[in-house]
Amino acid sequence: MFYRETGQYKTTYAADRAIFPIRQDRIGIAILLVVAFVVIPLFANEYWLRSVLTPVLVFSLAAIGLNILTGYTGQLSLGTAAFMAVGAFAAYNLEVRVPEVPFLVSFVVAGLAAAGVGILFGLPSLRIKGFYLAVATLAAQFFIEWLFTHVAWFTNYSTSGVITAPPMTLLGYSFESAASRYLLTLCIVAGMAIMAKNMVRSELGRAWMAVRDMDVAAEAIGINLMATKLTAFAVSSFYCGVAGALWAYVYLGTVEPQAFDVLRSFEILFMVIIGGLGSILGSFLGAAFIVLLPIFIANASGLFGGAFSAETIAHLEFVIFGGLIILFLVVEPLGLARLWQIVKEKLRLWPFPY
Amino acid sequence: MHKCVFVALAALLLAGPVPAVAQDQSGEGAEQFIPITSYRTGPYAVGGIPFQDGFVDYLKMVNARDGGIEGVRIAWEECETAYKPDRFVECYERLKNRGERGASVFNPLGTPLTYAVIDRLPADKIPLITLGYGRTDASDGRVFPYVFPLMVNYWSQNTAKIRYIAGLEGGFENLDGLKIANVHHDSAYGKETAPVLAKQAERYGFEVQHFPVVHPGIDQKAVWLNVRRYRPDYVILRGWGVMNQTALKEAARVGVPADKIVGVWWSCAEQDTVPAGDAAVGYTCSTFHNNGTDFQLMQDIITYVHDAGDGTGPREAVGTGFYNRGVINAFVTVEAIRTAMGEFGARALSGEEVRWGIENMDLTDADIAAAGATNLVPPIHVSCADHEGGGKVLFVRWTGETFETASDWLEPDRDLVRGMIEESAAKYAAEKGITPRTCES
Repeated sequence: MFYRETGQYKTTYAADRAIFPIRQDRIGIAILLVVAFVVIPLFANEYWLRSVLTPVLVFSLAAIGLNILTGYTGQLSLGTAAFMAVGAFAAYNLEVRVPEVPFLVSFVVAGLAAAGVGILFGLPSLRIKGFYLAVATLAAQFFIEWLFTHVAWFTNYSTSGVITAPPMTLLGYSFESAASRYLLTLCIVAGMAIMAKNMVRSELGRAWMAVRDMDVAAEAIGINLMATKLTAFAVSSFYCGVAGALWAYVYLGTVEPQAFDVLRSFEILFMVIIGGLGSILGSFLGAAFIVLLPIFIANASGLFGGAFSAETIAHLEFVIFGGLIILFLVVEPLGLARLWQIVKEKLRLWPFPY
Repeated sequence: MHKCVFVALAALLLAGPVPAVAQDQSGEGAEQFIPITSYRTGPYAVGGIPFQDGFVDYLKMVNARDGGIEGVRIAWEECETAYKPDRFVECYERLKNRGERGASVFNPLGTPLTYAVIDRLPADKIPLITLGYGRTDASDGRVFPYVFPLMVNYWSQNTAKIRYIAGLEGGFENLDGLKIANVHHDSAYGKETAPVLAKQAERYGFEVQHFPVVHPGIDQKAVWLNVRRYRPDYVILRGWGVMNQTALKEAARVGVPADKIVGVWWSCAEQDTVPAGDAAVGYTCSTFHNNGTDFQLMQDIITYVHDAGDGTGPREAVGTGFYNRGVINAFVTVEAIRTAMGEFGARALSGEEVRWGIENMDLTDADIAAAGATNLVPPIHVSCADHEGGGKVLFVRWTGETFETASDWLEPDRDLVRGMIEESAAKYAAEKGITPRTCES
């Protein structure tokens, strides 16, 4: 009744190409942005900002990165955490060795460094595909973790091998409070999400999708396979690198190489799969699902008082989490983003579906 | 249409966590809140579960026996970290404002977890006790006012191992020319003692070679063949989790005698030795507390908690390595709060007040005897500059059934370690732009 585009005429090409062609969507997204940028920092407490929303945003960025590679270009990667590690350690080393550099610049450098490494480990994708490529990217995962554990230069010869991020200041303003850090993350993630959305709608993104759907056909219509695959690796790794730097700087303030182990890569892959392959929105939904669900279960179990022992709750969390993942994948194999799409389609007909 | 149900379910879940009500484990009146972060799941749960059971049992015992600390009952809430820094940060943020006056003190139980919150502590005014783990250079209380790596840090502990070996050899002068193999978990934790070993090797003239074991350490055949080839006089085992039992088995297979292996305290529990079977008999390892139940304090736990049917874990775990470590951790926490109550009065204390308590904690032999813990823990004396507290190290030998005492309480080489700690802490202060406080008063 309310969600219907009847009467909305597109009179310009720009209107036709808009990300949100329907007015109700634009209103919805505007409300969402106002909530995210204004309402949440004003009203959410530190717990929410620091340990719930910030990691969701950081993981969303990493999931967008992986989604570009796996969801849009069809190159299965298990090296996501490694690229995050490259970003984190690149930003750290730049800040420690050249303290004059503003931290935002080091975030960009972190992304670029990760992109470089991503291209390097993306080279095998020109020859191998599918599961075999996943194994090849796994090499990146193990090699980079090994490198940061063993070459002490990367951790500035810290005896424990754990780095702590230097303070973040910009034009004299120090990003200390939870709200400022949340807003910083939100700005970076929102900006990069819009860029990603536009990228996948552009010629580049269409080339990626053509390669994903059938690389021989893509080559036949004149798409340069090498350039397309490697740009996908570069862009994807750039996103992951920035996410890694955000993780180390904004979220934890510290990082050790083991924080980016293969389980983290799997975690991000699950976010992409559950959220929806080939969807920017899905990256956000998937990250929110994977990060929030365990917290939700842990908190909800507290409502039952002392009925369960702490040990039971800890294990129950795994059971419920695993069960829900299976449930969602059975109900909608295409992910949460597809569920959202179904909701929208139903809404158009509501309340008179027949 | 059934999809609508799932959509609703998805929306509900994505709506996020609802803040849960703090569960109070005791009755009315003033309560001292102690947040507990544990890992009962994940790769290290084998150690985490008995440790946490010991911790909670001790708190239960204090509530049951004394009605709390100085009459103030203890309340606590447990949060699962799965040994992951990000989960710990979530727990920390969730629990830090619980209780009457906020969280009193955190025991993160994990080195990477410790690192994740160190920067937040001064702002939140919450202290951290890291008993036998954590950031070694935080022993310098001038740079780290809120972090207390109490008892013995990794570096001190490692110097005590060298002292123990020197004792076996009949003096430090006999260390000259010895070959020591350092078999360590290939991680930040495992490599942490390398610099202090290098320094001691230089001083005493022994030789050290490092043998990293890749996590998780299920296959160590190649490592131990290399150790065998090196023909070490002693082996230092700096293991973690499942790596320990495998190492002991492999050592026996290649013919490295178990009594020449000296383990760190994360390789020093029944969970490590029992699965290794006969291969572990004679194996020696270091602890900063004693094992077993032959102490009044442990008997009280059995009487007031397990006999009352309130035990957190199985009764058999009482007295084992990890369980006792948890008890000691809780004991130190409670004593620190008691010290603070002596200054600020018997009421619920804030984090800042408890910090004062830890920093001014002075547990003499008499205090420890009064607590029924003689020979269970060494005396601890914390000060503004020294956040380690001067613990000692005890070596225990596995007999096949139990750990027996193999040495006196040995003093670490603090002069050597202190210099390295101050150097490292100064570097951290420079990196972070911290002005170390002065500790004259």
